Amino acid sequence: MTKVTIIDYGVGNIASLKNAFAALAISADLSAETKDILRAERLILPGVGAFATAMSKLKNRRIDDLIKKKAQDGTPILGICLGMQLLFTASDEQGNRPGLNLIDGCVQHFGTGLKIPHMGWNRIEFARDASLFSDLNTSPYFYFVHSYYCLPTEGTDSIATCMYGFPFCAAINRDNIWGVQFHPEKSRKDGLQLLRNFVTKT
Amino acid sequence: MEIIDKMTLTKRIIPCLDIKNNRVVKGIHFKSLTDAGDPVELAARYEAEGADELVFLDITASQEKRKLMAGLAAKIAKKIFIPFTIGGGIQSVADMDTVLHHGADKIAVNTAAVRNPELIREGARHFGSQCIVLAVDVKKTGREKWSVFIYGGKKKTDLDALHWVKQAVDLGAGEILLTSMDSDGTKDGFDLRITRQVSEQVPVPVIASGGGGKPEHFYAAIQWGKADAVLAASVFHYDTIKIKELKEYLHQNGIPVRRFDD
Repeated sequence: MTKVTIIDYGVGNIASLKNAFAALAISADLSAETKDILRAERLILPGVGAFATAMSKLKNRRIDDLIKKKAQDGTPILGICLGMQLLFTASDEQGNRPGLNLIDGCVQHFGTGLKIPHMGWNRIEFARDASLFSDLNTSPYFYFVHSYYCLPTEGTDSIATCMYGFPFCAAINRDNIWGVQFHPEKSRKDGLQLLRNFVTKT
Repeated sequence: MEIIDKMTLTKRIIPCLDIKNNRVVKGIHFKSLTDAGDPVELAARYEAEGADELVFLDITASQEKRKLMAGLAAKIAKKIFIPFTIGGGIQSVADMDTVLHHGADKIAVNTAAVRNPELIREGARHFGSQCIVLAVDVKKTGREKWSVFIYGGKKKTDLDALHWVKQAVDLGAGEILLTSMDSDGTKDGFDLRITRQVSEQVPVPVIASGGGGKPEHFYAAIQWGKADAVLAASVFHYDTIKIKELKEYLHQNGIPVRRFDD
């Protein structure tokens, strides 16, 4: 069975991710241990809250270098919500903060004029075919909650968009690196299907 | 119609489960509680019927200083895969941590935040604003004036509702759950005036609560009250309104909703 590790670095609702995999009968471990992360065949990087806080927690546990190593080795990595944003070069949150730099681009605030956070169920539109989206209907609803959004430098890294005032990047993929701005673990059956796809199709 | 349907943030329908002694209860005007079922069973039913989120409030927690519903959070999180909020008796950042750690997505603070507004700032700093819902019980106490009540609506404060919600958002609240005590339990409709004022004056999502009796009321709360989400309890518990039919009604009237069949 594929070894799935959810990186447990003290950020985000990881109990729900573990429950989601349990509902799929996929065993997934919560861990911040080097050996678990190195052995993982699929890595999940969760996260909610502040970008800089999350980055420093990764750095303090030296997980940032481990993730980069796994990325180089070709292990599929899925960033969820803030976890997706952390994959980018930098964020404007609290000034210019460096991220993991696995995807070229930056993270910025939605700005004024919209209710922030962007919170609730919204549809995504697929920008290109991706194994992560296997067996999903077109324009599926997912649950979002975020105040910042990702701006990939390469348009082709964006695999789905979502409309909130303007179309923003809702999911990314480059090689083995994946990210979703929404919460699949809180998006009922489509969300569970996406998590299953990540483990079985990527 | 097609455009709003295509890509728009949907308005959320949120069943609320008031909890007492681990059972769902429903009272009128915060009094005369009656038993309305098992929380986890009801939660699963609502999820299947198309609820967008769930809110669990231990309505007696502030008075009885009840232990947190960590166990309940864990049970719910294992069973349902939509977001849920837990409130009632949250007194500290440690309380928040316990509930969130067990799988709740957000925590609602009410009385404790009035008594210690710093709790909002601390909670937002630790867990992010998106986790912190300010629940506020308001009652009309003058011309275009609403006052904040605490301890489950039993104690009036000197706080003006609009002033308080703005302060709470400045401190870091990421969402407002606004309950009109005048409307709650009447099934005569939501208080559109205070809902609209709050929604227009804070930059975060607002959940309208109190008074939902017919689908038209939910429409009005969204269309005229400018609510981002609508919360109700008894009409869903007793099947007076089916969530699926409510969403169909809202959709027919041009409100973007995540429909059950989608």
